[in-house]
Amino acid sequence: MAEFLSLHDAVARYVEDGATLAMEGFTHLIPFAAGHEIIRQGRRELTLIRMTPDLIFDQMIGAGCARRLIFSWGGNPGVGSLHRLRDAVEKGYPQPLEIFEHSHAAMACAFEAGAAGLPLAVLRGYVGSDLPKVNSQIKFIECPFTGERLAAVPAVRPDVGIVHAQKADRAGNVLVEGIIGVQKEVVLAARHSIVTVEEVVDELQAGPNACVIPGWAIDAIAVAEQGAYPSYAHGYYPRDNAFYKAWDEIARDREAFAAWLEEHVYHAGGAA
Amino acid sequence: MSLDYTAAEMMTVTAARALANGTTCFVGIGLPSEAANLARLTHAPEVVLIYESGTLQTKPNVLPLSIGDGELCETALTTVSVPEMFRYWLQGGHVDVGFLGTAQIDRYCNLNTTLIGDYREPKVRLPGGGGAPEIATNAGEVFITVKHSRRTFVEAVDFVTTVGFGRDGRARDGVPNIGRGPTRVITDLCVMKPDPETKELVVVSLHPGVTAEQVQEATGWEIRFAERLETTPEPGAEELNVLRELKARTARHHAGNETGAQA
Repeated sequence: MAEFLSLHDAVARYVEDGATLAMEGFTHLIPFAAGHEIIRQGRRELTLIRMTPDLIFDQMIGAGCARRLIFSWGGNPGVGSLHRLRDAVEKGYPQPLEIFEHSHAAMACAFEAGAAGLPLAVLRGYVGSDLPKVNSQIKFIECPFTGERLAAVPAVRPDVGIVHAQKADRAGNVLVEGIIGVQKEVVLAARHSIVTVEEVVDELQAGPNACVIPGWAIDAIAVAEQGAYPSYAHGYYPRDNAFYKAWDEIARDREAFAAWLEEHVYHAGGAA
Repeated sequence: MSLDYTAAEMMTVTAARALANGTTCFVGIGLPSEAANLARLTHAPEVVLIYESGTLQTKPNVLPLSIGDGELCETALTTVSVPEMFRYWLQGGHVDVGFLGTAQIDRYCNLNTTLIGDYREPKVRLPGGGGAPEIATNAGEVFITVKHSRRTFVEAVDFVTTVGFGRDGRARDGVPNIGRGPTRVITDLCVMKPDPETKELVVVSLHPGVTAEQVQEATGWEIRFAERLETTPEPGAEELNVLRELKARTARHHAGNETGAQA
């Protein structure tokens, strides 16, 4: 049963040094508030998992939280590079980052396999691509029924899964609306899950086929208003495209990034 | 009478024209998205556009900045999860055309969006594959649109992120249950198609005013030209108007979203 905790307490309880940690939200509902809390608590040696690392992992990598990254598209959407990610991969700063690189289809299937309790995902993928040559986590298997050669990747079964959503009711049931990405899969694939929400309401008012994650499938709910900013929350606030553009310059320079982190993460909120 | 237009507009209009009405198209962000929406707003009102964020049959009023903009969801027939998008809709065989951009492309249409240099010690790290590796093999066919330069059109891509026809042109031979692969490449200078036998790219049409020498100059290998080289039809007045309005609307929209960089 979901327990209502402060974001500080939820992160302190479930995210340990060295954990494998999936934080999802496909461009939408990216759990930035939770990412900043993890930076503030100084977690280290994490294996970070996200289809699109986006600014949230750029910040966590730049802050020295990560040892390993599993991902499938590592850019700043509509803008260009993730400079902290590149600095870690190209120059080993602030520490070397081991990468396991996939395609979106493979990662989506891996999350789904994790939710389904399977050890692997099978897909018609990676045909002719060099990615299997550089990622030991991509193999090929033969279909026992047709003989077709198919790609296989390990299921994603993280220690902790964190997603953001619009709202929870008082029993901790969560409603996700708009672009739902792999939010449900991450919660179900993870050993422990934290869902941050914009607000807690009396009634979810969800239709019968809405994307609802039952409270009994979630470990912790934490209210984080504007918790997906500068990404967006459908029905609540838009994506701050200007910030995504401004990030290019901030993240390009190690000192500018450190100053930004000091002002907007270490000395901002999240104490309680 | 000839209209006034830019090389970039020529590319977008030509790419848009490639998309037939009624086609189901899996759209990449950037130039492909611009071309696909121009097609939808001109000759192909029944084109079905789907984006990897799960937005199915979407009709954005402005071009998305990212693949998961709210605009795509709000104007979609429905929005499905990302696993459903890749497994049921793409891998399940419901996509006619995958429309992609790239950072590098070679003579066999292999695409590199991963890195420049060596994988373990990259000179430049690029974003990576995203949806492209499976779009390129699970869509019925693939259109590629990219600006023509020697930096992009290279003798050999540094990394095959997304297969065209492989290093030898034979990568699709005998592989069951995959699409035909790239069938045309549209740049700001010309249109190219793979040779039906060898799969090597051949220039089939030059844009008005562009010479074969210019294309060769902007290509990193000795590019072949079709025996009967055509001239690409010029953009029409309506296409240019719709494209310019779309881009102006998009610029206003994204500027209006800007609330300052205070995160």
